[in-house]
Amino acid sequence: MTAEALTSPFQSATALEVINLCKSFGALRVLDNISFQLHRGSFHALLGGNGAGKSTLVKCIMGYYHADQGSVLIDNRKREINNTRDAHQHGLGMVYQHFTLVPEMTVLENLVLSRSPIPKIINWQKEKQHLETLMAETPFKIPLHKKASALAAGEKQKVEILKQLFLQPEILILDEPTSVLTPQEADEVLDMLKKWTRSKNLSVLIITHKFREVMNFADDVSILRRGKLAYSGPLAEKTPAMLAELMVGNEEIASTGARELVLKGDIRLDIHQLVASNDSGAVAVDGISLQLHGGEILGIAGVSGNGQRELVQVLSGQRSPDSGDIRVCGEPYTASREEMARHKLYCLPEEPLRNACVPRMNLVENLALRIFDQPRYTRWKWFLNRQALKAHALKLIARYHVRPPELERWIETLSGGNVQRLVLAREISGEVDLLITANPCFGLDFAATAEIRRQLMEARNRGVAVLLVSEDLDELLELSDRIAVIFGGQLRYEAPIAQANMDEMGLKMAGH
Amino acid sequence: MKALALVAAMEGLLIPLLALLLSLGIFGVFLLAVDNDPFGVFYSMYRGGFGSPFSWRNTLERAAPLMLTALCTALPARLGLIMIGGEGALVIGGIAAASVGLSLNGNAPWLVMIAMVIAGAFSGGLWIASTGWLKHYRGVNETITSLLFNYIAIALLNHLITGPMRDPQSLNKPATLPIGSANMIADIPELGVHWGLAFGLVLCLLYYLIFQHTTLGFAVRIIGGNIRTAKIVGLPVGRLTVMTCFFAGAAAGLAGMIEVAAIHGTANGSLAAGYGYAGILVAFLARQNPLTVIPVAILLGGISASAGLLQRSHHLPDATVFILQGIIFIVILLSETLYGRLKLLCDERGRT
Repeated sequence: MTAEALTSPFQSATALEVINLCKSFGALRVLDNISFQLHRGSFHALLGGNGAGKSTLVKCIMGYYHADQGSVLIDNRKREINNTRDAHQHGLGMVYQHFTLVPEMTVLENLVLSRSPIPKIINWQKEKQHLETLMAETPFKIPLHKKASALAAGEKQKVEILKQLFLQPEILILDEPTSVLTPQEADEVLDMLKKWTRSKNLSVLIITHKFREVMNFADDVSILRRGKLAYSGPLAEKTPAMLAELMVGNEEIASTGARELVLKGDIRLDIHQLVASNDSGAVAVDGISLQLHGGEILGIAGVSGNGQRELVQVLSGQRSPDSGDIRVCGEPYTASREEMARHKLYCLPEEPLRNACVPRMNLVENLALRIFDQPRYTRWKWFLNRQALKAHALKLIARYHVRPPELERWIETLSGGNVQRLVLAREISGEVDLLITANPCFGLDFAATAEIRRQLMEARNRGVAVLLVSEDLDELLELSDRIAVIFGGQLRYEAPIAQANMDEMGLKMAGH
Repeated sequence: MKALALVAAMEGLLIPLLALLLSLGIFGVFLLAVDNDPFGVFYSMYRGGFGSPFSWRNTLERAAPLMLTALCTALPARLGLIMIGGEGALVIGGIAAASVGLSLNGNAPWLVMIAMVIAGAFSGGLWIASTGWLKHYRGVNETITSLLFNYIAIALLNHLITGPMRDPQSLNKPATLPIGSANMIADIPELGVHWGLAFGLVLCLLYYLIFQHTTLGFAVRIIGGNIRTAKIVGLPVGRLTVMTCFFAGAAAGLAGMIEVAAIHGTANGSLAAGYGYAGILVAFLARQNPLTVIPVAILLGGISASAGLLQRSHHLPDATVFILQGIIFIVILLSETLYGRLKLLCDERGRT
């Protein structure tokens, strides 16, 4: 029996109500007169593109931000929530998008740490028993004695949720809790939360991007579009298409672009038995072999923390492999600048500000990182030609619509989408033969995501070999010519996209 | 955005100036506390550092090694490293220069001079390059290593001048044999300051040119700004790190050579007189810019040159100027936290 079949007798009462909430950052109105109700014991999804104001809205509710106008009602009473402690007192709990665990502490210590106030003397035995009872009510199995740093991303997310359940909130807010989980794990977590809405009268407000989850679990849905409420009410007969339309409105969305028929090119990347360790010295990439041809996109699926990051780091030059053989266009590859330039190898890493930019350099300098030592951009061989670099930057900024187009600005002051566009401009505007990319659309809104996917597809159609490592299955299914699954540092599954089996991939991603 | 650039440029000037003024204020309170007239002392400091041709000579003589040791901190700072090993590199450079000078004694002076320059620069360079190597390839904190390396260098100096290399004639101040007056660095004609000053000026200019305007300097800045990005664009991070540290140490080693060949004539305990540490202060005050190091080194040289006059006319011990240096250092470190805030302030205003 599924959770949806249970009926909730409490749905009529209101657990949380937001009335005319407004919030501006400078001149930018992030939230514009938002009003909605969260019914007691209901599972309420909050949808919206990136930058629609979802995170800001829940942060205002949690007292993390102070709203400019409007009020928050809990149990039909107006409450002043000025900080997260107030929020906890009124029975609100929140699972944040980023992890909040202390890496060097065990799961048990982390969970006890979240109690407030922390008892002066801690009875570890009692705490442990209490937690074990709690965990028995959930489908989670997490070893309490393990250090948080040793947990996989999925486990960490479960601990974050446990941490909140441990505090027994009446209203639980979750900000994209399933982004690091396999589809099966996500269902497990959401199924449990849904059951708790029925059996324990918990009210859940969940931010998500995944329509599948909304369709399967939500009772109600609220949709934000550019800071305005586009819809709030029962999910009822809403179809995914209707939800998407409400999210995007009548904006033009760039389509991904057609997959053209391209002759399979020569082998651009040939990896044989690659082994690499992670930062703490444990083997993360455990004997991966793969071949990538020109004109194809090879997608690598997997739950984060299974060696994707280390694989990409080795290929992009951020990490030295322990053993194995990498060949690019048939030649041994050691990730030197000269090899990258000769083989036209470029990289769109995840978290571009952290991995592909110098935060405190300006736009011109950041756009110069690949080319500053090429003869066209130097003077007297060794000197920078700032005029030429500036002209180059102006051209790219105009072509890729980087905002604001102020050349002297430090790149860290730009928004995430604009940083991503700038890196994209630098890495794929020129001649490219091989592109390594990891989660290129992570954290970007609809329009930016569509734009970047279109660019990747266009690159492939031009004959570029693209290695696409992503945690987003939809993205992989949309773009890849071939798809492989990585688990525990090994490739477990490989198939042409036409023959890829979703269920089997999900199982492989979970290590079955 | 012209306004932004203007604020950023002003910031680089305003903050150190304010920090200097604040330091003088605190120093003034200290002077009051020890029953002295602050303004009288300030005036004497000006006279002692910059009041007469004689005091200018004194100042410039001290500024020369300061410029060089400041470079030892300023260049690694571009890599994002805080290197404080100038004192050790200076001492090592001095030992190497004296050894070479002594063993080549009797050859043509120009040959001895070139050999001493190379020995000083090369040994100091290797000294700091090794801390850079430890940092990059073994992850050992460069600040701590370079500090400990200072102690090793000074211990080595003491060992050599009281043991194997000791001149039997040097009784209460152990030293090596003199390198000989023929091998000493001469004075710049008309100025009365030794040629070491020219070394300092030329190296500051040269390093400025390299690290501000060449592709090499840009690559070093990328490493300092974000090492992960430097790797993604394929820069040879290890090689550039060690090389930059070598350049840095070479400057300090050269300072040691100049101290031996222009001032003391031997390697002795006075080599470790604190130029290495004062150089750190100069580098921070100059915002790690090799060109700005020049005026700042002259300023700090002037403060230190005025110690004698303070002792004579205000009965203040000559350690007083070190108190001022210490105050300046703390205030400068504190003011480092202000950078970017002015800009941020304008930014916010510009947006609303």
